Amino acid sequence: MSHSHAAHGHADGHADGHGHGHVGHVVPTWLLGLVLVGLLILTGITVGLSGVPMGRFNTLVAMAIATVKATLVVMYFMHLRWDRPFNAIVLVSSVLFVALFVGLAMLDTATYQDLLITPEINRR
Amino acid sequence: MSAISPSMAPPMYDREVDPKNYLKAGYGLSSWLLTLDHKRISLLYLYGVGFMFLLGGLFALLVRTTLLTAGNAEAFAANKIWVSPDNYNRFFTLHGAIMVFIVIIPGIPAALGNFVLPIMLGAKDVAFPRINLLSWYMWLIGTLMILSSLMYGAVDTGWTFYTPYSTTAGKAFAGMIPTVAGAFVLGFSSIFTGLNFIVTIHKLRRPGQTWFRLPLFLWSLYATGLVQVLATPVLGITLVLLLVERTMGMGFFNPELGGDPVLFQHFFWFYSHPAVYIMILPAFGVMSELISVFSHKHIFGYRFIAFSSVAIALLGFLVWGHHMFTSGQSAVLSMIFSAITFTIAVPSAIKVFNWLATMYKGSISLQTPMLYALWFMWIFGIGGLTGLFLGTLAVDIHLHDTYFVVAHFHYVMAGTIFVLFGGIHYWWPKMYGRMYSEAPAAWASFLLFLGFNLTFFPQFIMGSQGMPRRYYNYADQYQIYHQVSSAGSYVMAAGMLLMMYNLAASLRSGRKAPDNPWGSNSLEWHTSSPPPLENFNGDAFPGDPYDYHNLEWDEKIEGFRAKEPLIRPARVAAAH
Repeated sequence: MSHSHAAHGHADGHADGHGHGHVGHVVPTWLLGLVLVGLLILTGITVGLSGVPMGRFNTLVAMAIATVKATLVVMYFMHLRWDRPFNAIVLVSSVLFVALFVGLAMLDTATYQDLLITPEINRR
Repeated sequence: MSAISPSMAPPMYDREVDPKNYLKAGYGLSSWLLTLDHKRISLLYLYGVGFMFLLGGLFALLVRTTLLTAGNAEAFAANKIWVSPDNYNRFFTLHGAIMVFIVIIPGIPAALGNFVLPIMLGAKDVAFPRINLLSWYMWLIGTLMILSSLMYGAVDTGWTFYTPYSTTAGKAFAGMIPTVAGAFVLGFSSIFTGLNFIVTIHKLRRPGQTWFRLPLFLWSLYATGLVQVLATPVLGITLVLLLVERTMGMGFFNPELGGDPVLFQHFFWFYSHPAVYIMILPAFGVMSELISVFSHKHIFGYRFIAFSSVAIALLGFLVWGHHMFTSGQSAVLSMIFSAITFTIAVPSAIKVFNWLATMYKGSISLQTPMLYALWFMWIFGIGGLTGLFLGTLAVDIHLHDTYFVVAHFHYVMAGTIFVLFGGIHYWWPKMYGRMYSEAPAAWASFLLFLGFNLTFFPQFIMGSQGMPRRYYNYADQYQIYHQVSSAGSYVMAAGMLLMMYNLAASLRSGRKAPDNPWGSNSLEWHTSSPPPLENFNGDAFPGDPYDYHNLEWDEKIEGFRAKEPLIRPARVAAAH
């Protein structure tokens, strides 16, 4: 009986009637191909730049490129560009949330890095 | 799924299957262990959590009994007591880990929330019934993993698993891996429950059940769900890093491997502080129900209470550093965290003042659930206000890691347990269709309240005098406080036994419960006690859950009756 019970729950549950037999937004193949090419080019740039000595900027540049790539994937492959704006808000706020956590934790650990006594084994 | 359809049920159960009562909708072990009914899953949680609560309580009694005497180290050396220092460390670790991860976090949301959330919304079940069952199994697996650590000698790090102690190799840590992995699995159980509740509240509200007509318990479960979904993954990450460090020797937190122990505390408390709100927010929600129903008066400041839940959920993410004032955290960060810690007192106080305003000029009936609610106000009042002492930078230097902290968080978290008991007494007639005896229930609640204060109030005093937490051996001057504290814990144990006996006895000999014994207007009290398999014998038409004008006392059924029924015969399916 749990069977019919759960099934009913689902059928009855959609108060807004949204999404019944409705296929989501279809992204044209050419656009997907274009994004794919863009991602491959960006990957190539990341690989290429890894050999260029830029000091601390190496990490920053690599992270910036990775961010652009992630944005492309989320917007086109995951359809966020055509989705309800609310989903974009959820995504952006989760990214901000991670930034808050990592940012504050790093802000703290950075202040006492000079004070840490590193064991001999790690200095080599 | 089909394995549990009635047609395939073994024929040996000749009792009548009755979909009008979820308890009789199927018989046999598989009808429970494979159920997708949120009400049955709620009971699975209730009994699982209840059993583990007793086990965690047993470890607490062992700790308290060990602490009856000062000078344990000498006594143990002279073979006068059997609890060794190592075993003492294991007892308080198991007590903490069980109570936090296994009992209080799932306690109210997964046990009580699961039962009433869909009914309050007017839905037939949660949005993902299978994930709901999976979440219980994850809970079970995580619990068994933590218990399995007992076979390896059990963890003695304290429930916080602080590094570098927890990642140092040694015999004492043999149970570390199953315990940490168990906490990781329990985290998934928590995420599943939170996600399920968020989606259910968004998608399965009956037409007419608008956001501001939701009972406040649902607002608090929604806020809890947000915290569960956002914070728990960080616990997962932390525990995985800890396991990797411990098993593969990669340095994250252990300075010997080039890691940073304070970083572990950032990671740990980024989850575990919001986890405090996972524990307390659902209790706030149940409180709002109890206070309004037993004052027979509309809740005061509905929107303030609703939004303060969300505010607490969000602010709760910004205060984790207040656990680290003495850990070498940078001074600037400590000041920021201290200031935000004071801020979070505001939404908590908003709730308490709104409850008081609800009771003002209400027609208060002091039935058992209301007694528990009143005990909570006292307990949480003290627990919350002492939090401000600890949030003050200078004072915390003195109080950090003393019994003051132990007393403070027990006054907050055990407050949740009081509300859980209040909630169990409140929804018990709905769960089983039986009324318990009022007098023993009230006495049990009084014993628990008395025992609780006897146990923990002396801990504030000895903590402020410098008694450190987690110590096996202590100076003679603290002995009297420890003895009063231990005596209190035995009073609580007596209260627990009385409460359990009374509830169990109600199943055998309790009078049949009316549909609405307390005079509440939320939807679960308009369906039968116990509810049918699909929650309603008809369509639900939700109204304002705190407007009691529609109810009148009916002497014949010894319960309340709706003047205008909110459950009406189902319309033809084509209606929507």
